[in-house]
Amino acid sequence: MSKQINVALIGNPNTGKTSVFNALTGLNQKVGNYPGITVEKKQGICKLPRGVKAHIIDLPGTYSLNASSLDENVVIELLLNKKDKDFPDIAVVVTDVENLKRNLLLFTQIKDLEIPTLLVINMADRMRYKGISLDIEYLENKLNTKIALISTRKNEGIDKLKHLIFNYKEVSIQPCIDTTQIDVAYFGNLKKAFPNQLLYKLWLVITQDVNFGKTDRNEINAVADFKTKSKGDLKRLQQKETIKRYQFINNALDKGQTIDLSQAKDLRIKLDRVLTHKIWGYFIFVIILLTIFQAIYDWSSIPMDFIDSLFASLSEWTKNQLPDGAFTSLLAEGIIPGLGGIVIFIPQIAFLFLFIAVLEESGYMSRVVFLMDRIMRRFGLSGKSVVPLISGTACAIPAIMATRNIESWKERLITILVTPFTTCAARLPVYLIIIALVIPEGRIFGLSYQALTLMLLYLIGFGTAIVSAYILNKILKIKSKTFFVIEMPNYKLPLLKNVAITVIEKTKSFVFGAGKIILAISVILWFLASYGPGEQFNNAEEIIKTEFASKHLSADELQQKIASHKLEHSFIGIAGHAIEPTIRPLGYDWKIGIAIVSSFAAREVFVGTLATIYSVGSDEEETIKNRMAGEVNPILGGPLFTFASGISLLLFYAFAMQCMSTLAIVKRETNSWKWPILQLVIMTAFAYIIALIAFQLLK
Amino acid sequence: MEDTLAHLKRGEKAIITDVSSVNIPLKLLEMGCLPGNLVELVQIAPFRDPMYLNVNGSHLAIRKETAKLILIEKVAHE
Repeated sequence: MSKQINVALIGNPNTGKTSVFNALTGLNQKVGNYPGITVEKKQGICKLPRGVKAHIIDLPGTYSLNASSLDENVVIELLLNKKDKDFPDIAVVVTDVENLKRNLLLFTQIKDLEIPTLLVINMADRMRYKGISLDIEYLENKLNTKIALISTRKNEGIDKLKHLIFNYKEVSIQPCIDTTQIDVAYFGNLKKAFPNQLLYKLWLVITQDVNFGKTDRNEINAVADFKTKSKGDLKRLQQKETIKRYQFINNALDKGQTIDLSQAKDLRIKLDRVLTHKIWGYFIFVIILLTIFQAIYDWSSIPMDFIDSLFASLSEWTKNQLPDGAFTSLLAEGIIPGLGGIVIFIPQIAFLFLFIAVLEESGYMSRVVFLMDRIMRRFGLSGKSVVPLISGTACAIPAIMATRNIESWKERLITILVTPFTTCAARLPVYLIIIALVIPEGRIFGLSYQALTLMLLYLIGFGTAIVSAYILNKILKIKSKTFFVIEMPNYKLPLLKNVAITVIEKTKSFVFGAGKIILAISVILWFLASYGPGEQFNNAEEIIKTEFASKHLSADELQQKIASHKLEHSFIGIAGHAIEPTIRPLGYDWKIGIAIVSSFAAREVFVGTLATIYSVGSDEEETIKNRMAGEVNPILGGPLFTFASGISLLLFYAFAMQCMSTLAIVKRETNSWKWPILQLVIMTAFAYIIALIAFQLLK
Repeated sequence: MEDTLAHLKRGEKAIITDVSSVNIPLKLLEMGCLPGNLVELVQIAPFRDPMYLNVNGSHLAIRKETAKLILIEKVAHE
């Protein structure tokens, strides 16, 4: 095996660290989780000269080694644990040329751990607009490192960076700050007690509340004695340390960096005058949201119709080409329609991920946080809750993870609890198909009724989240310190490559994640729908023939009667009839009941389930939508999906907690079963009641 | 009474004089809110909260309650 260089990519948020990672590894990357926690672990391979490979880990963005979130803990845990298999041979700190001073703080901390550290100064293409010039040689000298001045946007300097990584052994490990200088007495004692240890490392162990490798346990217990200083005293030392670090940085930048302000063009200030304005800011935010929903609806309708009919013909083709038998029918009636039920929504889901990626990449999301903080606080949330609530429209799982940067535990817990109300992409399939069935076409002010209904559903989700947050804020008795700091990064044109990678990765994991569940469920459903116990199922043909003997039915009609009789008496039909009494008051029949029950695994299963149930026992080539429109209400006659039952179903899906993965994530993030169970029970009961009221009023 | 950051008007500039309150998060200092640094109020949300600052080239937003803890000295308009 050839030699691998372990590289840790570290940097503040908004420095283009991910772009550097993408530039180094291309698509040669994989995203996983750190064991036991849900922090995303991104790794990739970068090919260096002479067959050497660099194994690159993209660590979560952090402002400093003084961690304040789970994501940031990951960074220190790795850097303090020499035994970790990913422990870096070299740390690469990515900085933004415009925020060099602040970004260097993290650099000095990592260097003080005596890890070889390279400095990447990114966004070099913007230097001219900002009137910045750098004396790289001088800075390399002062900071005791090697510097790669790069621009991921223009794809410049990447080779230089690879070259520096290749020669990582030449990078100095001399620290920036003499830790003893922070407080001679305190650190003097510490040094006496642990003569063989790195002072700064000890200091981090004392001040940080993280898991360190098992091997260091004994030392750490001994270090605990040094925690005797009061919290306030320790904090004062941390303040002194920060000031010392900035002195060091200023000393280097004084001569190493010149900024000619007369050359600087500040787009940020001009844009922010409007985008964060007291009135215009909110106005523009609403317009942006409206545009996104209209676009999701309009742009994806063409590819969706195409996929729908494609799957219908694929199913038909399979039936005709393969010999008759259980396997063919499993394929044609179980698996293909089931998968079609999820593939059809790829366009919409991809568009949704695209818009969210653009909002985040461009820097606009921080402005929304700024605009919304005061309003959200009234409801017990933080401005930062807006990010989970917006990205919750894609999926609640990453959204709940995105709550980690909310500083106050109470605000964070409330955000976690209410985020599942936002309309996630998995609800979209259900909404779209039902809207198409029960909401008339037509437009008002250029917006279609159907798009408006969808928008309304999103608003209902968001509104419910907010109102329940308000109630939770009153009920929950948690005291926690609140503070709030958010960076307002410069606006950037999103990099096509970054956005594309995000959209592809997320859509892929969504489709494959859901695909697996849907595949399993559709096989089970098909089996349950194709077999049944007892006389009624096994002798369906004779029973129907005798029953309708007097009426002269065509062969086709007779076949249909037999098929539906079989379905009614199959395993699934029996189970469905058993639950029917509980859902009939909501306006659903037993087939919808089955679809709802299977939706508790994941909502998007709904359409696939109905598709599977309906296609067993029908042999025409039909799209899912047409099949649903053709369903007849078994008791009242007339179409099953009426305005009343449709609205009732929409509302049920809007409120019910039907996602096992979300419950699992909530359990992990809150470290207790109490919260996910409460979510499951309360949300679902609420959904049932609202759906009941809606159907009874509208029918 | 000493001036705090919460009193700054939009577009005004000041020098930070003291951040020693224990209730000021370390993160804020790390982002450049240190004595001697220049701070400018870029934008304020309705009800003057939160406040969007430019500290020493760093652009960030903080809540009014935190701004009240940061002591400043206003810089006269040029």
